[in-house]
Amino acid sequence: MNPTTVHPDAAFEPRVIAPAHNAMTRPLYWSIRRELWENRSVYLAPLIVAGVVLFASMFSVFGLPRRIETLASQPAKLHAAITKPFAMAPAPIMLASFLVGLFYSLDALYGERRDRSILFWKSLPVSDRTVVLSKASIPIVVLPLIALALSLATFTIMLLAASAILLANGMSPATLWREVHFIQEPLTMLYGLTVHALWFAPVYCWLLLISAWARRMPLLWVILPPFAIVAIERIIFGSTNFVSLLRYRVVGAMQEAFETQVGRPGVIERVWQLEPARFLSAPGLWLGLIFAGACIAVAVRLRRTREPI
Amino acid sequence: MTCIETRGLRKRFGTTVALDGIDLRVEEGRILGIVGPNGAGKSTALHAMLGLTSYEGELNVLGLDPWTERDQLMREVSYISDVAVLPRWMRVANALNYMAGVHPRFDRSKAEAFLARTDIKRSSKVRELSKGMVTQLHLALVMAIDAKLLVLDEPTLGLDLLYRKRFYDSLLNDYFDRGRTIVVATHQIDEIQDVLTDFVFVDRGRVVLECSMEDLESRYCEVMVHPEQIAAAQALAPIHERHVFGRSILLYDRGDRQQLSTLGEIRTPSIADLFIAVMDHAPTTAKGTPA
Repeated sequence: MNPTTVHPDAAFEPRVIAPAHNAMTRPLYWSIRRELWENRSVYLAPLIVAGVVLFASMFSVFGLPRRIETLASQPAKLHAAITKPFAMAPAPIMLASFLVGLFYSLDALYGERRDRSILFWKSLPVSDRTVVLSKASIPIVVLPLIALALSLATFTIMLLAASAILLANGMSPATLWREVHFIQEPLTMLYGLTVHALWFAPVYCWLLLISAWARRMPLLWVILPPFAIVAIERIIFGSTNFVSLLRYRVVGAMQEAFETQVGRPGVIERVWQLEPARFLSAPGLWLGLIFAGACIAVAVRLRRTREPI
Repeated sequence: MTCIETRGLRKRFGTTVALDGIDLRVEEGRILGIVGPNGAGKSTALHAMLGLTSYEGELNVLGLDPWTERDQLMREVSYISDVAVLPRWMRVANALNYMAGVHPRFDRSKAEAFLARTDIKRSSKVRELSKGMVTQLHLALVMAIDAKLLVLDEPTLGLDLLYRKRFYDSLLNDYFDRGRTIVVATHQIDEIQDVLTDFVFVDRGRVVLECSMEDLESRYCEVMVHPEQIAAAQALAPIHERHVFGRSILLYDRGDRQQLSTLGEIRTPSIADLFIAVMDHAPTTAKGTPA
């Protein structure tokens, strides 16, 4: 029989079930797409921030010809004046994507129970694991990729605009192109985003776990347990180890993954400032990832058990 | 082939017993109505069959355990529940894309054809649709799935008569065939009486009566008794008696039709009449004897 022939009366015959790899990746792909349909802030918020950053950076771009002229005799200051706007631009975009990730994770498995749409999602052949993984991938994979794309676009537009301004003022953009590390800068962005995604994965996954568990006020339940541990530790042992642990989680990625002691702290522009080996050998990274995995596993179980609220 | 089989299905929420040992067997190609008062355990039983809630006892749907194998089961089962569960932010086009993406048995063209007969626009969000339209959309999505079992939990709750009628008409004309099984829980039992092949009465988490439509006709009869023969009629052990416009209507289980026809007009009771008779008849303090 010709396999391409479709008989209308064959409509009720059981169809061939999609091959195994399809059965795994297709629902995951569509689940991620559906998250983006529902949560447009995932790409809109970083996009708006990128627009604001670009707008603000245009002021420094317009002043560039003057600065190059006045600082021509001081190469160190000239370098800083030229590169600083480029090195600073990705930070607000990354911060925005981080914040969106936090709010997204907190509501991801709570919202669907609150509006009862979980009954619809559960009526489809998508496993709880696929759903939880698709939701975890938004802050850990999708948002960093969006931030990277927007940072690169901002970087490129700034570079082109600066070159155009210099040309318009009858100056050569050669100085600009020599000072700005347009290979190292994007590499640093990629590295920084990867590092932060891995480092903050336990935070996102903890939020997902609470959003799967809480019957009301997930934000309270996110904050309460760490707060309780801090208080109990202080009262019983008089120590502050847990506070240090939390602080380490907040700033640890910068500490472990970058060499910030040299020169100006906080501004990362050169590949030699990256410390991937030190980052990958930090126990904090791996303990965090184990914690993240455990949160995901519990969230998958909870999604099966929990009912609409 | 057996579609659903339960043995001693139990479910407890804290101290409340929602299901108290349900034994049920639904064969393929049947349309089963589940009837019961509010809080009888209908929804809980359906949720257990759909893998939405845990349970004790044995439960087998299309050869699968719903609780542990929900995602596989949902390839063959579709479901509409009593509350509007379509996400309100979703656009109709999104819903079609998503279903086509995740469901191997979803036929997009069928859903499109059904939607073409409604006023639902592709670009509308669910929150912009009326309650009737949301139900139509959900029905369009569900009917486009080549499922073996369709579970409906009060699917037409809150809809007007016209929508309710269209809902069941579409279901019967465009969807149902002997290869499919439908389980429907509803209070509007009169409206779907002609649709059903079987029905069960559920009360306090137990099956009170299990009956096919053929059995309803052969087993039960209702007699509108002539006033002068009321004593004779009452002597024949009716299971229920009610009064309509001053006339007594007595309901008999396995009554002698020949004998009864001498007492008045005889007819087959509706499921609703039988339901009221059985529920009134059942001891109100049905203490769950451990089975």
